[in-house]
Amino acid sequence: MKELSLNIFDISQNSVKAKAEKIEITLDETEETLAITIRDNGCGMTAEQVRNVMDPFFTTRTTRNVGLGVPLLKLAAEQTGGGIRIESVSEKDNPENHGTVIRADFFTKHLDFTPLGDIVSTVTLMIQGAPDIRWIFIHNTGSGSVELDTDELKAVLGDVPLNNYDVIKWIEEYLKEGYADIHYNMGYNL
Amino acid sequence: MKSLAELAAIREKMKDKVILREGTGEIRVVVGMATCGIAAGARPVLNAFVEGVNKEGLGDKVTVSQTGCIGVCQFEPVVEIYESGKDKVTYVKMTAEKAAEVIEKHLKGGKVIGEYTITNAIS
Repeated sequence: MKELSLNIFDISQNSVKAKAEKIEITLDETEETLAITIRDNGCGMTAEQVRNVMDPFFTTRTTRNVGLGVPLLKLAAEQTGGGIRIESVSEKDNPENHGTVIRADFFTKHLDFTPLGDIVSTVTLMIQGAPDIRWIFIHNTGSGSVELDTDELKAVLGDVPLNNYDVIKWIEEYLKEGYADIHYNMGYNL
Repeated sequence: MKSLAELAAIREKMKDKVILREGTGEIRVVVGMATCGIAAGARPVLNAFVEGVNKEGLGDKVTVSQTGCIGVCQFEPVVEIYESGKDKVTYVKMTAEKAAEVIEKHLKGGKVIGEYTITNAIS
């Protein structure tokens, strides 16, 4: 993947497929590190499935929603000296409280760090593709944070779906302004 | 500055539109957004459809949605077009530029661009 944003897009699709009602994407940046956390309340995975998603060579064909997505994120993190962690509780094991948390840690000064890329377009299109999910996006940077919770938008929008074009544009502009306000340099022309 | 008041205005505007929407012939544009599609460049293709459909005023007739792996990863980015009463059209190796052309010729003009279809790619 050319941008970490694309990895985020890809991993979040697993949460959508896991029938999550809520997906929370958090980016925490310090001077030299970036942590990406994707947390959902979807159907979760068994311990064996978690092992399988980590390694493409151990992936069995019985788990259809598993592919190269997690290994690619793992590679992107490990090549900077970081790594990933997955915690998951399957719906079978705990019908009340299930879901998956994937956390990837990066050392941003490393030569092989993949830039975050166009996170605004990514978040906007993720919402466009799954407008019934509650999306929470929080990006804590060194100079401030950008946050979006689609539940706050829905409270105002009523019956108008989040994938309405005007709403999608609003979300895109809102995020762009958020990044401009904190003078965030994403090495990308917005 | 973007405010929630603008969303309230969108809601007001949409109240009148809901009635217009019914009874129109629907076209569905589906973009493959699995690992294979995303890695091959599907995000700008999806964006081009979302933007282009609106710009051309096709929003009431055409919906743009996303799906997982369609199964022909070597041809990604893949876009499928469903229209009631017609055969599904599968466009392969898409780009934002090709998307603009598909909007113009296919979605607006009703003419399939054979050159970009999977049928053409495998024959």
